[in-house]
Amino acid sequence: MSSQLIKNNFREDRLPHIWCPGCGHGIIMRSLAQAVENLNLEKQKVCVISGIGCSSRTPGYLDFNTLHTTHGRALAFATGVKLANPELKVIVVTGDGDCTAIGGNHLIHTARRNIDITAIVFNNNIYGMTGGQYSPTTPTNEFGTTAPFGNIDKAFDICKLADAAGATYTARGTAYHVNQLTKIIENAISNKGFSLVDAISICPTYYGRKNKKGAAVNMMNYLKDFAVDAKVVDKLPPEKLENKFIIGEFKNTTEPEYTEEYMKIIKKYQKER
Amino acid sequence: MNNRQVKLMQGNEACVEGALAAGMRFYAGYPITPSTEIAEFCAQRLPLVGGKFIQMEDEIAGMAATIGGSLAGLKSMTATSGPGFSLKQENIGYAALTEVPCVVVDVQRAGPSTGLPTAPSQGDIMQAKWGTHGDHPVIALSPTSVKETFDLTVKAFNLSEKYRTPVFLMLDEIVGHMREKIEIPNPDEIEIFDRVKPKVCDESYRAYRVDEGQIVPPMASFGEGFHFHVTGLMHDDYGFPSNDSGIADKLLRRIMSKISDNVDDIVLFEEEFIEDAEILILAYGCTYRSARSAAKQARAAGLKVGLFKALTIWPFPEKRVKELTKSIKKILVPELNLGQYAEEVERVVKNDAEVYSLGKVNGESITPEEILAKLREVL
Repeated sequence: MSSQLIKNNFREDRLPHIWCPGCGHGIIMRSLAQAVENLNLEKQKVCVISGIGCSSRTPGYLDFNTLHTTHGRALAFATGVKLANPELKVIVVTGDGDCTAIGGNHLIHTARRNIDITAIVFNNNIYGMTGGQYSPTTPTNEFGTTAPFGNIDKAFDICKLADAAGATYTARGTAYHVNQLTKIIENAISNKGFSLVDAISICPTYYGRKNKKGAAVNMMNYLKDFAVDAKVVDKLPPEKLENKFIIGEFKNTTEPEYTEEYMKIIKKYQKER
Repeated sequence: MNNRQVKLMQGNEACVEGALAAGMRFYAGYPITPSTEIAEFCAQRLPLVGGKFIQMEDEIAGMAATIGGSLAGLKSMTATSGPGFSLKQENIGYAALTEVPCVVVDVQRAGPSTGLPTAPSQGDIMQAKWGTHGDHPVIALSPTSVKETFDLTVKAFNLSEKYRTPVFLMLDEIVGHMREKIEIPNPDEIEIFDRVKPKVCDESYRAYRVDEGQIVPPMASFGEGFHFHVTGLMHDDYGFPSNDSGIADKLLRRIMSKISDNVDDIVLFEEEFIEDAEILILAYGCTYRSARSAAKQARAAGLKVGLFKALTIWPFPEKRVKELTKSIKKILVPELNLGQYAEEVERVVKNDAEVYSLGKVNGESITPEEILAKLREVL
């Protein structure tokens, strides 16, 4: 029997989802639904928008206003939706390739505007839908079908990228640290401005297999063992941080929000109603 | 009493005035010559009527945000020129398949590539028809004057709302940048069509089901309570993706037929000097202006020249042009490209008339003299 969370927030007739066994995306999708529920958001005001890729199938399963757009462009569509109707809670679900490669320009400019959109990057370090090509978050020297001799690219730190571009909320969570991820997504949605959540997922089918990371359980254990919370980073000696990645909130500030600033212009100059 | 406002106005400005009169309340775009004034006027005018303008980071984003604005319930427009029109094509196909009404203005400049950015062209006529991948419905209008730019922009919005499809307004650098006297119609003189909304918000709602007697599915906006899904994948009546070949076939044929079944409602053209004509000049956009001058001079010289102004470029005014070939056996198509539309005319008239192409791609307009010379050559 499905849980109340599923009943309340999912299109049950669209399930099961298409993701591979062991994929972390379902956990992140559940976290998103849980966050929406915890925040008591009015369902008809929630709009979930995605691009193309594994992650981008999420909106089809969620019972909100949902929009599955073109590759890389979710944030640009979302900007149109949000500016046209600022009452909507706009959440973008995207992947590492979708958001930071083909959609990289939209990411930095959406962050720069500080428009009230929450972007959740289902980051599995690989292009999954097309079968395992290296992405902008595939670590150097690791493998993909298009990096048969090892990846010579450097990987993005998506949170730092969004931070530098002007996002007012950035955080990283994982598909293992579910309660923390849910809280992060809640905080991201609550931030009045552009929020970026780097949600580390696992892809046993492609990234895992190509890089001998073991099965889904091994990959989950990696998330558990190699994540260090941002709160304790400063207290740890350098050797304890080797090969680790940092999770938690990095930035949570308040700055003028785009649609509010635009509404000020309308209020000041509008002649007719 | 005629109390219409009379103004000296640029074509690009008339486009914005027409759009506002049609109810445009959202514009997203990216600066590009020779369409930039459209963005500038929108930035200036939209907030004054409570509308929204945004300059996006690139052409692709301009198209995407325009579609987003329309899905959120506002009549939306973007404008560009050749290079930007190329970049927008993927999302134009998205709007076609997801049936999101919007207006895309292309103020044509000489291409390909960066080409001659400040020079006129009609080189995007075939791109308007075939620019995005896959079969898709196309409506494209092309005005020949500032006043027509106003009127056809209103028409473009009406058609996009009525048929739930992106509509192209194909301007060119000459029509976009020239200034002419324009008498602005009063609001009560302008016919406006708004998208049909669903009546009942309950379980029975299917975002992509066409009700009996309707041309398109009724369109809800995000935020109104209809929890519907929109996807660029082939989709069923509910809007959910499907790999079913039957569903894909039915969907694509339906969105094509909303245009092909309603050509008479969409096609606009004007004719002059047709009755005893031995040759027809078929022209559109800026080139029509030279064609009309040439036709008048030809008539004064005793040449039996008829004139056809195609205001709707796509769908092609097939029925009427075929009809005309019963009596007119020669058609001259002057255009600022190397015969893109002439080829379409040839396809349509087959062996019923000789089609002559007069193309020019050096960034200059075609003069009446050039058309006259060609008329004398082929008559």
